[in-house]
Amino acid sequence: MIEVKNLHKSFENLKVLNGIDYVIRDGERIVVIGPSGSGKSTFLRCLNRLETPTDGQIFVDGVEITAKKTNIDKVRQGMGMVFQHFNLFPHFTVAKNIWYAPVHHGLMTKEEAKANAMRLLERVGLADKADAYPSTLSGGQKQRIAIVRALAMNPKVMLFDEPTSALDPEMVGEVLDLMRSLASEGMTMVIVTHEMGFAREVANRVLFMDEGVIAEEGTPEELFGNPQNPRTKQFLQSVL
Amino acid sequence: MDFFDTVKKSFIKTFIAEDRYKMLLEGLGNTLKVALFATLMGVVIGMIVAVIKVSCKQSTRPNIILKFLNAVCELYTTVIRGTPVVVQLLIFYNVIFVSSDAAVLIGTLTFGINSGAYVAEIIRAGILAVDVGQTEAGRSLGLSQSTTMMTIIMPQALKNILPAIGNEFISILKETSVIGFLGVMDITRFAEKVITRTADVYFPYLSIALVYLVMVMALNYLVKKLEKRLAKSDRS
Repeated sequence: MIEVKNLHKSFENLKVLNGIDYVIRDGERIVVIGPSGSGKSTFLRCLNRLETPTDGQIFVDGVEITAKKTNIDKVRQGMGMVFQHFNLFPHFTVAKNIWYAPVHHGLMTKEEAKANAMRLLERVGLADKADAYPSTLSGGQKQRIAIVRALAMNPKVMLFDEPTSALDPEMVGEVLDLMRSLASEGMTMVIVTHEMGFAREVANRVLFMDEGVIAEEGTPEELFGNPQNPRTKQFLQSVL
Repeated sequence: MDFFDTVKKSFIKTFIAEDRYKMLLEGLGNTLKVALFATLMGVVIGMIVAVIKVSCKQSTRPNIILKFLNAVCELYTTVIRGTPVVVQLLIFYNVIFVSSDAAVLIGTLTFGINSGAYVAEIIRAGILAVDVGQTEAGRSLGLSQSTTMMTIIMPQALKNILPAIGNEFISILKETSVIGFLGVMDITRFAEKVITRTADVYFPYLSIALVYLVMVMALNYLVKKLEKRLAKSDRS
């Protein structure tokens, strides 16, 4: 469970988040939508403290991750993150990208982690790429590997920061399929995306962010079917 | 007497007589030894300094030890880059290690420490050139700042700056010509020794210039080749 209390974030003089309160329960699939510059990526990145909040508190399973004394590396081991630009390690093979972190943290032996990496690669149909380097892969393949790299740590939560925004249109489907299958397994997911169809289908809560606050929140049916806030209506009209 | 006869005579006088070529080989060996080990030392020092500087800058709240180390590094690069290498050489030999006469070792040490200050800047630029997404991916997997730096960022940074390290080696190779100040037999010192025996100035100086030039050209060729190979591996 992730509990966000009065979250504020500023960069220099630019206020990006202006007080966010929200609770994400285990097994929920939260999709965050909103215009660019609304703070949705920053909100997501605060959840594993890739951005340090200016004010407010975030609790992950009761641990206050915004506290200075918290070992953030330990917390991050339980929170997978997927980036817009994949960020695979180019000097590691595909397999090593996946097994490196679990082995480094001592969660598995090298043999176990390698076998686990192969299982994950088979799951996404890329077992033949185990010994290839990331530069030889397509965007969709890279993103699927980035997702299983995060899964290899057995995280309790997966954070997705616009996972399909850098992909060619024909590769979006394969990445969304993988995310759908994660959702069906009950993984807790927080997803920032512009894929409204996917949001509608997979989310059980949708957050609409605007100017650094949650302007509206509800089930996909409520938010897409009958938006209350005029800004939500305006935004949905422009993207749908 | 025609031109070739003169050259031949000078050549024999410079290199063959009294087995002087042995002196040249010794000089060549020392020049290469000092340049190679100084470069290696420069890379090690440069890596440490660069990591401290970058970590201090990127850390949201650097602790007191890091701040202190950063200040030491700043002082080091300012002093080393702000004074001539010959002066550093004389200070190391005549002041700091006055009781030792291991001139080759002291020369290597000086050039290594000197080079470290320059290589630090090269490596720092190399680290900053690695996409910040790489750091974020490493950190998001729970890797610590230092693990991310050493296993994710540094290998990529070093690969990018390998040609620049090659160029650093080439410039140290040329700079070592002042090591004769310490009485070390290097290529330049060889020419001076020959001149005191033969009183022929032109040939020894021109021939050691040629020796340096050939070495530098060969190394330049290797660095270019390396650059091409690295560029290719980035594309595919």
